[in-house]
Amino acid sequence: MADLWLQFLLTIDATLRVGTPLILCAMAGIFSEKSGVIDISLEGKMLMSAFAAAAVAALTSSALAGLTVAIGVSVLLGLLHGLASITLRGNQVISGLAINILASGLTVTIGIAMFQQGGQTPNLARAERFRPIELPLAEQLSSLPLIGPIYREVISGHNILVWVALAAVLFTAYILTRTRFGLRLRAVGEKPEALDSAGVSVARTRYMALIIAGVLCGMAGAYLSTAHGSGFVREMTAGKGYIALAAMIFGKWQPRGALLACLLFGFLEAVASRLQGVNVPLIGEAPVDLILALPYLLTVILLAGFVGKAMPPRAIGEPYVKER
Amino acid sequence: MANGDSTPPLAIELSAINKSFGDVHANMDVNLKVVSGHIHGIIGENGAGKSTLVSILYGFYAADSGLISINGQTTMIRHSADAIARGIGMVHQHFMLVPNFTVLENVMLGHEGSLSVEASAQKARSALNKLSEDFGLAVDPDIIVENLPVGLQQRVEILKALFRGAEILILDEPTGVLTPQETEQLFEILHALREEGVTILLITHKLKEIMAITDDVSVMRGGKMVAHLETARTSPAELAELMVGRKVLLEVDHTQAKPGVPVMQAQNLCLTTANGIDQLKDISLTLREGEIVGVAGVSGNGQSELLDVLSGITAPTDGSFRVGTSEITAQQPSDPAQLRSLGVAHVPEDRHKCGIILPFSAAESMILGYSSGDGQNGGWWLSPSELETNCADRMQDFDIRPPLPKLASANFSGGNQQKIVLAREISTQPKLLLVGQPTRGVDIGAIEFIHKQLIALRNKGCAILLVSVELDEIMSLSDRILVMNNGQMVGELTRDEADEQRLGLMMAGIGADDVVTASQMGAKS
Repeated sequence: MADLWLQFLLTIDATLRVGTPLILCAMAGIFSEKSGVIDISLEGKMLMSAFAAAAVAALTSSALAGLTVAIGVSVLLGLLHGLASITLRGNQVISGLAINILASGLTVTIGIAMFQQGGQTPNLARAERFRPIELPLAEQLSSLPLIGPIYREVISGHNILVWVALAAVLFTAYILTRTRFGLRLRAVGEKPEALDSAGVSVARTRYMALIIAGVLCGMAGAYLSTAHGSGFVREMTAGKGYIALAAMIFGKWQPRGALLACLLFGFLEAVASRLQGVNVPLIGEAPVDLILALPYLLTVILLAGFVGKAMPPRAIGEPYVKER
Repeated sequence: MANGDSTPPLAIELSAINKSFGDVHANMDVNLKVVSGHIHGIIGENGAGKSTLVSILYGFYAADSGLISINGQTTMIRHSADAIARGIGMVHQHFMLVPNFTVLENVMLGHEGSLSVEASAQKARSALNKLSEDFGLAVDPDIIVENLPVGLQQRVEILKALFRGAEILILDEPTGVLTPQETEQLFEILHALREEGVTILLITHKLKEIMAITDDVSVMRGGKMVAHLETARTSPAELAELMVGRKVLLEVDHTQAKPGVPVMQAQNLCLTTANGIDQLKDISLTLREGEIVGVAGVSGNGQSELLDVLSGITAPTDGSFRVGTSEITAQQPSDPAQLRSLGVAHVPEDRHKCGIILPFSAAESMILGYSSGDGQNGGWWLSPSELETNCADRMQDFDIRPPLPKLASANFSGGNQQKIVLAREISTQPKLLLVGQPTRGVDIGAIEFIHKQLIALRNKGCAILLVSVELDEIMSLSDRILVMNNGQMVGELTRDEADEQRLGLMMAGIGADDVVTASQMGAKS
């Protein structure tokens, strides 16, 4: 029983670690999409910044330098998306897709040119990564019933980016509902003409949103290669950007809903990896593939009508053109 | 006016404004002088360049050349923000409101004055209260805008402009979506604003409104200003002639109807959406040969849905209607093709969405829906030359200009696009014609023509169901008038009983009997 409890706590702990990049990306997605710009380039931005973080960390031996460059790279990609879809009024899905393809190819090409390791970056030493932060008294308190193990296994021992991701949820909610920028952001995704006629630039507001999304995606990428992992591996995002997008839609474009969806998806992934090779009574070997497929299946099933109709921002996907 | 007969101060002065969109010269050397504190009307047909002109004034577009002076000072207006800073406010034809925001959020958007929404909201709330009191513009600040009736949404637009400190208020076709009573209220508000010294620029294509409320009027035609007049010294006939450039018959030649046998009978038609909203409730009506039945109502009260059901686009959820010997019910729904074969033709309300396909040639748009019919209109093999000859014939009959069957439908003016649809539907010699908004976005000359065609069709024995938001149109064409409110038939008036007052009250949901009583009491007192 005690063992099962510990197993459970470890799974929750893993949920947070697996969920972190999803949460950061989902918040990024909320910023872009609330402003009316479809953002499937979450995946590409995250992949590119994962590579940038690992490469810079390997060269400078500083995880922080890696993070900074990662954010810069991701913001630049966001601006590229903006140039194509806001200024030049191109198709937002195609622009996002182009960024994803670009990231997929560019990371490997530059990686091979720089490190000659088949597209990977060198393995990062402990000092070159974001390390877990042991909270004070974690060991001493672990004998306390109930709270002790939770504190030690679930709350303590995360790196800084996990905490940043959780803070990003509060940050997103605060910006959206309590600030002038948030009001304008929500307006521009619903009815850009209204904002324009109120004398506020539609393009500027959307670019701001894409920049913030870039920062968040950059952190997600850096987390993958320099906190959760120890170096960049080709295609290491493996569709996490799309899952984050699904989580955001599942959460109805709201920070809290998206957080819960990300945690659910993270939990399923954590369970799947825990059950690898484990024999489950009655079933036999755990169907890990099925569990891994669950987030996708859930998204399709739940969105098909079980969570009520998801209402996207009304002006999403449409470049703003002043009507004649 | 205080300064007697010296030149009055001008709130707006535009000199030689030019604006082109590609090949279209929307404004040509336009001059305009608006006296401070006056209500100034600009009248013109659709496409005359009125909206372009005020969009330039409000900074939506930049003029290609020309000068703008506000209160005697020459200014550059590059963005709406510039216009707002000069004290110009605008109420757009299509409201610039974020539908899922509250009134308060909409009012303060772009003019928050503080980084924190809460602080801005507090300031806006007290300013809003003061404005409401000063001008009698009461609206609940915490209600979501999309839940408000259109009249109140427009009020929010006015409040928005005043909140930004507007001293010059531009209203672009403000009455298109209002009931006569709401229009009346709007005019009262405009009078109150003028009392407070606000200058008002009213853009409209309705002669009656110009006569009712403006001090001065300017007339636009084909992108040019053609006249500046004092309203008291002009007449609707003179204005109409200036707008169109030739004499226009404002009244339709309407003879007594000779209704024959019923063509369509509907009983207790209901339409409920998947979310349980009743769009049509127990609609029963009979349409006879040789009569025009008008359906009046504020748009969005079920008229569009009624047309959709009767034309077979949507199936009723309850009730039935009979055309000839065919009975259409929820269990046995029909489709537009079947109804067409039963002699029901349909001129849809939104011609761009359902009437024509913009990139198609006129000849192709001319056979939409009839492409599987007899040899003349198609079948398996379409013969382009045959289609074009047919189309050319109809273009001549219906005076469609330019008479070029190969021209893309998008390149015809609104009036001529409507004539294409009408020509297509009428030339099948239908027993019943369903018509929605036949003259929306159509110039006066074409309106006259379309009205004549409808009367002629009625005289040949066709039954016509006419849905329109233009009360004048309903009253001048219909033999009987049905009024819809909230998905229900509120009542029926004969041609002689109908006047704007009665129709207006019924459109607001007050039944026919009550209306008659109310107007009798009004007459006594």
